[in-house]
Amino acid sequence: MNGVNQQYVCMNSMNEGCQSGADLSEAPPVRERPTIGELFKVFLTAGAISFGGGVVAYLRQYLVKVHRWLDDDDFLDALEVSETLPGLNSVNMSVIVGDRMRGAFGAAVAVIGLMLPGMVVMMTLGVLWDQQRHDVNLNHFLVGVAASAVGLLLTVTLQLGHKQFVRPLDLVLMAVTFVAVSVFKVALGWVLLVVGPAAIWLYRPHGAVETAERFAHLRDRFHSHRSHWRH
Amino acid sequence: MSKIFNLAWVFGLLSILAVGGGTAVLPEMQRMTVDQYHWVTAKQFRDIYSLGQVAPGPNMLMVMVIGYRVAGYLGATVVAFAFFIPDCIITLFANRMWLRFADSPWRLAVQRGMAPIAIGLMLSGTYSIAQLSIHNWLSLGIAAATLSVLMWRRVNPLLLISVAGILYMLLGPNPVTAIRSIP
Repeated sequence: MNGVNQQYVCMNSMNEGCQSGADLSEAPPVRERPTIGELFKVFLTAGAISFGGGVVAYLRQYLVKVHRWLDDDDFLDALEVSETLPGLNSVNMSVIVGDRMRGAFGAAVAVIGLMLPGMVVMMTLGVLWDQQRHDVNLNHFLVGVAASAVGLLLTVTLQLGHKQFVRPLDLVLMAVTFVAVSVFKVALGWVLLVVGPAAIWLYRPHGAVETAERFAHLRDRFHSHRSHWRH
Repeated sequence: MSKIFNLAWVFGLLSILAVGGGTAVLPEMQRMTVDQYHWVTAKQFRDIYSLGQVAPGPNMLMVMVIGYRVAGYLGATVVAFAFFIPDCIITLFANRMWLRFADSPWRLAVQRGMAPIAIGLMLSGTYSIAQLSIHNWLSLGIAAATLSVLMWRRVNPLLLISVAGILYMLLGPNPVTAIRSIP
């Protein structure tokens, strides 16, 4: 994951002059902690302008590049935790970053800031939709949006899973999960309770998978040139 | 009142089950809100999901509209709290614990074990939306075109999604077929 940094090395020495968006490894050390007000402002902005689901990308831009409250490794570490824990990645990121900057209160402020603009817009759209929901044009528009969202979701899934899609064991776990939920309609709770511990057991420290991988040096080379898929 | 309680229970449960994010929990959300509690129809579920795509911030804020359909503004508020607060509390404490176990080899095992499950669930979520929206060549073409464009270069998804919506509005099947083909 941290291979992202090595993929694009910006040639400009000044960060401001760099357009690649991935010069983060060269950013100067993290600055002092923001105040609660600054924290709120930044998350509110990210929440207001992040259309189309790329909230995490906007957070990265603001937190790492613009304000430098975190370096890129910190950000990616936090993202990994966010992806493992239940909940939306963007919301989890806000909790983790807010907590790190200003404790539990900071976490609350970050989450509220992130969600507030979307909540207002969402409720406005929801009420309007509720009044007009039998309108044929509106229905057609929303079908088109949903169809396009399928392409978007598939892109995000492929990018997020670029490491998993090349490992046979991960593909099996992925397929088992998908088939259980989408084909056999098993309740999600049961899938998580059964497949989750089984998967963690397979990847346990000093287990067969881990030991085998220690000798598979070739794979690492393969990953390092695929890792630019991620962001 | 029992409706409010059910909303809180269902979305609180979904909140805890949302391993892999909002997309991952979509099939379960559809099962509970459409098939089990009949709060919305499948078609309305799809439309509300689409509204979430158009609004800024996390797409899953759309759950508030489901709450609004069931019990007005109170329903929307209850759903927002139930769906977001448990996860925030879990993340706050789990992350602090996570940092304490930074060097534990089990931490990596959990991360690597849960990752493929999260991806599998995201595929299931994508499949659910596909089942609700792809019924003809036009919608299939829109999905394929969106995927291709996004794989090819970075475009603001809102732009693609708006174009897709307008395209379907102009070229979509006439109302009679639409009613027949959409469940």
